[in-house]
Amino acid sequence: MPILQLNNIETYYGAIQALKGISMEVGKGEIVTLIGSNGAGKSTTLKSISGLAKVKTGSILYKDKDITNRPPHETTLLGLAHVPEGRRIFAQLTVKENLQMGAYSVKGKDVIQERMETVFSYFPRLKERLSQKGGTMSGGEQQMLAIGRALMMQPEVLMLDEPSMGLAPIIVEQIFEIILQLNSMGITILLIEQNAYQALSIAHRGYVIQNGSIVLTGTGSELIENEQIKEAYLA
Amino acid sequence: MMKEKLIGFLQNKWSQVILFTLFVVITSLSLYLSQKSVVAFLLLLASLLILYYMKLKNLTKWIIGGGILFILLPMASSGGPAFQSYMEVATMVGIYVAMALGLNIVVGLAGLLDLGFVAFFAVGAYSYAIFATPQASNFMPFGSYPLGGESFWIFLIIGGICAAIAGVLIGIPVLRVKGDYLAIVTLGFGEIIRIVFNNLDRPVNFTNGAMGISSVTPPSIFGIQLVFPHHFYFVTLVILAFTIFAVLRFEHSKLGRSWKAVRENEIAAQAMGIPLVKTKLLAFALGATFSGMMGVVFAAKQAFIDPTSFTLLESFTILVMVVLGGMGSVPGVILGAALVTILNLQVLTELTNWVNQLTLNGIINVPDALSPAKMQKLIFGLLLVIFALYRPIGLIPAKNKKFDEKKLKTNRLAIDRENTVAIDKDNV
Ligand SMILES: Nc1ncnc2c1ncn2[C@@H]1O[C@H](COP(=O)(O)OP(=O)(O)O)[C@@H](O)[C@H]1O
Ligand SMILES: [Mg+2]
Repeated sequence: MPILQLNNIETYYGAIQALKGISMEVGKGEIVTLIGSNGAGKSTTLKSISGLAKVKTGSILYKDKDITNRPPHETTLLGLAHVPEGRRIFAQLTVKENLQMGAYSVKGKDVIQERMETVFSYFPRLKERLSQKGGTMSGGEQQMLAIGRALMMQPEVLMLDEPSMGLAPIIVEQIFEIILQLNSMGITILLIEQNAYQALSIAHRGYVIQNGSIVLTGTGSELIENEQIKEAYLA
Repeated sequence: MMKEKLIGFLQNKWSQVILFTLFVVITSLSLYLSQKSVVAFLLLLASLLILYYMKLKNLTKWIIGGGILFILLPMASSGGPAFQSYMEVATMVGIYVAMALGLNIVVGLAGLLDLGFVAFFAVGAYSYAIFATPQASNFMPFGSYPLGGESFWIFLIIGGICAAIAGVLIGIPVLRVKGDYLAIVTLGFGEIIRIVFNNLDRPVNFTNGAMGISSVTPPSIFGIQLVFPHHFYFVTLVILAFTIFAVLRFEHSKLGRSWKAVRENEIAAQAMGIPLVKTKLLAFALGATFSGMMGVVFAAKQAFIDPTSFTLLESFTILVMVVLGGMGSVPGVILGAALVTILNLQVLTELTNWVNQLTLNGIINVPDALSPAKMQKLIFGLLLVIFALYRPIGLIPAKNKKFDEKKLKTNRLAIDRENTVAIDKDNV
């Protein structure tokens, strides 16, 4: 039984149709990756799930419950965390305040403190930087903060939009390492990457999206071996 | 050597206290002895700024500052004919500081550029003025009006609530747009409210239109009518103290952080589960509340209000206070509001008087149109441009909460130790 299921989603920005009937599913505990070229509709798919973009037709089921067009402050409560592309941390807020914002709907200081410690166990660097302003950190640290912030929600499904964008290879390595760790803790991962090879090599399954439609799907290793994919995304 | 010694001396807590006391005593005495000395009055006010930078505990500073404002300033300026005019200026400073603190929530914390903020001040002012005059009997089917002066205290709350409701009502349509558009739309709504008050004399006479509402019942407490500026000075001071306390609490609350998060990045804020519309509306409503409360004080103090008190220029003036002082910074905004109000009411008026004197004496001939009091817009415009270019963060910029450097270091050591242990293990 999939934890997340998209049925024929169509999403528009004004008159522009960004998604032309996306159907996909994510199983509990899986790492699923969504690959595709720039402008294909990857980010819009995530936004449609989290409620940041309005779905016109189709339905989204989360744990068999219809969550189509629920606003983000409701989807987060249900356990869906979205780390939007481009990191988007709160630059003028300290690392600690950024993390506190992640726990926006969490009640109780102790619980928040506890979750913060959990985040530090993945990203010890953040603990050292607690009082630093988010905007003054390096790109890699900011990405770690963005992920850490989402973890404060203790999500069941973590949706990551191009976490490797603009980062040095060694940092990307670390981030992927952590994604694997999070997954082994039971968090379901929906990962968007342009860096298809790396994403497919850690993913259980993948979807290839082109021009607002899913054109191919398979297990990570199948897709890596696929000739079309090799040509288009792994060159 | 000399210089270092001097700096060391100035940084010492006790030498600071001694110098500060000396400063306050001298300025108070000179204000008391030479009542006409505006300079002494302003210097005494400036002592609060010095106090802000001293090495004392926050609580101590609040107590000393409160002492200066509640006791020393009124006493020192009470000895002569200028007493009421000093109190009048100080009251206006208080009113504007509270308004600027309200706008700071909207602009500084939530990052929503509101150019029609004076509308909420107007709502507060009219709410009291209408019910504290026979005006209300034009449309109220029951009760007898004007209400007595005791009602003022209840109207402080009612005025705040009315302004908050106006904030939400304006906010709902306005907050659909962002950035520059928001600025333009709020500017429009600010004007609309003023024009509505200007025209709400027909078919039912609510506001008496452009004629304004006069003879507003003065507030009373324990049977004493509050009519003099020094009465209103104390009323304003109490409300201001409440405002500052509330604003500081808000800023460091979860709501305050959410405002900043929305300001920093709307999409990320939403992704964190912050309800965007509700958070923004709360900023509008709470910011408006303080403005509305001071509107009630203003109406009572002036005993007369008309729509010309609530023009666009007023909204700009409050915005200048916030920008000048430092967006998002409570001490900055207080300083900015005090400076701009004093510039408006004291410096420009004094300059105008002086220029008029010279003109009368035939020394120079300055046409009326160039009198300093009429240059507000020019001066505010220049100030905004200069600050935008050279000090966009304002006079006292917003800062994050101080953190414990020592604790940070021990944490870091602990982490290092863990890491070393881990490495050792690997080696084994
Ligand atoms: N805010 C927006 N307004 C209008 N069009 C948009 C917006 N965001 C994305 N689009 C368009 O929607 C399509 C899909 O974009 P997106 O989902 O961001 O692609 P990807 O993440 O795969 O690069 C693109 O054609 C893009 O130009
Ligand atoms: Mg994208």
